[in-house]
Amino acid sequence: MSRLVSRRKFLTTSAAGIAGVALSGCDQFDAVLRGGHPVRDFMIGANELTMGVQRALLGREALAKEFSESEIRQGQRPNGSTDPNSEDYLALKANDFADYALVVDGLVAAPARYSLAELRNMPSRTQITRHDCVEGWSCIAKWTGVPLAHILDEVGVQANARYCVFHCFDSLGGGFSRGPYYESIDMLDARHPQTILAYGLNEEALPVANGAPLRVRIERQLGYKMAKYIRRIEVVDNFARLHGGNGGYWEDRGYEWYAGI
Amino acid sequence: MSATTGERDDTQPHRTKGPLVYRQSIWTRVTHWVWVICLFFLLFSGLQIFNAHPTLYIGQESGFEYDNSVLSMHAERRPEGGYAGYTTVLGNRIDTSGVFGYSGTEANPEFRGFPSWLTIPSYRDLATGRVVHFFFAWILVGVLFVWAVASFFNGHLRRDIVPKGADLKALPADAAEHARFRFRHHKGYNALQKLAYAFIFFIVFPAIILTGLSMSPGMNTAWPWLIEVFGGRQTARTIHFTAMLVLVLFFIVHIVMVVLAGPINELRSMITGWYRVDPGKEDRS
Repeated sequence: MSRLVSRRKFLTTSAAGIAGVALSGCDQFDAVLRGGHPVRDFMIGANELTMGVQRALLGREALAKEFSESEIRQGQRPNGSTDPNSEDYLALKANDFADYALVVDGLVAAPARYSLAELRNMPSRTQITRHDCVEGWSCIAKWTGVPLAHILDEVGVQANARYCVFHCFDSLGGGFSRGPYYESIDMLDARHPQTILAYGLNEEALPVANGAPLRVRIERQLGYKMAKYIRRIEVVDNFARLHGGNGGYWEDRGYEWYAGI
Repeated sequence: MSATTGERDDTQPHRTKGPLVYRQSIWTRVTHWVWVICLFFLLFSGLQIFNAHPTLYIGQESGFEYDNSVLSMHAERRPEGGYAGYTTVLGNRIDTSGVFGYSGTEANPEFRGFPSWLTIPSYRDLATGRVVHFFFAWILVGVLFVWAVASFFNGHLRRDIVPKGADLKALPADAAEHARFRFRHHKGYNALQKLAYAFIFFIVFPAIILTGLSMSPGMNTAWPWLIEVFGGRQTARTIHFTAMLVLVLFFIVHIVMVVLAGPINELRSMITGWYRVDPGKEDRS
């Protein structure tokens, strides 16, 4: 008898509890979801699983879908920084990037600097791909550039190298703590055939709004990985010492390092 | 309080009470409640993610220089001052000030698709919305797998979920009974129940999971056929959102049915497994 009563009590209490949470709104969970809270950190662990499964399914060379010319129906939508105002960038822009040089260093046999002309004279790849933003939108455009693998072969990557870090001219703020943009990818993505340092967009020179003079395309991940305004590529064995230590501007602000989803 | 009053809600007073029967296995009950938790967090973290770009489109990409949108929430300045929130659905613009597009207070206006009380976290935080969403998505899929295997072996699928010829024949009569709010309490599921659960398990859950995966650039490369099935990434996003609406609708109907059919009896069967059936209905029929 008392079993039934307590059961009923349990049911009413739990129903009231659920209703209470629902009615008081979703801010009930805010406290445990702030950056650095163990609950949030625990849930981030699911991203390791996502990356492991996707990498197992993907294979090293699997190519992202490439589209036909007729599927380019608009310009590439710019996002994030669209007009950097750092002094060194403005100076380069004033001269149409004639004095630009990409620095490649870190764990490489022969650190190097490449002018835009030199990059344009390297083997190139053109691909029409869909850019998927973490915000949810997509845009199809034609990108032309030099495969990153080619650059890595030129400079000779050391055996302990694990990541390519892209250091950029721009910095971002806007609601977040301001900081220089940077991103990192591992060697598997760095050597992927579609990973290119793009200097051309839709048959023209890459515009400033889209990352002139050089941006990276990483077609199997989301847009925030594809750093624009690249000044330097640093090859490293870990990125813990860089900026916030999470391997990218957005990663330092709570986003996942692996952005395949 | 005596046990008799405690059970008054179980059956309608004019009826004689039937016996308690063991209706829901431990597999059904545990997975049910895990889904409740998962779907709760998936829904509200999903609305957080939607808010990062509160427009849905049809096709591979989002039209910025042309219009292929089907739903959009945004704020606009009113001619007389202040702001208004608008939701545009298939070209029809609806003023949804205070809820969609524009919410908050005058002192603290918020320009966002869904209001803060419908998102996790309540403030704008796409990164955390994604963390919560993907965490519970994995649990949902894992538990769905456990449920499917268990339900296959314990007969729940065959007995209670997959509709059979007899169920389709019984459907008109069953629908008429539901429409009159007359609910049978049998050990087995009725035709409408079977159809509703089959629809959710075999159509809506697979659709919402697979369209979710279709938004992943990694999965697009691993399984390139998947996104084509749904007609492109932006269509997949729209279907994902629509499937969410279907689940919300299912939830509302589900709760209404539980309340109308006798909430104590229904809840007890999903917590302890024991269900009080109408007299003479102890067998699965």
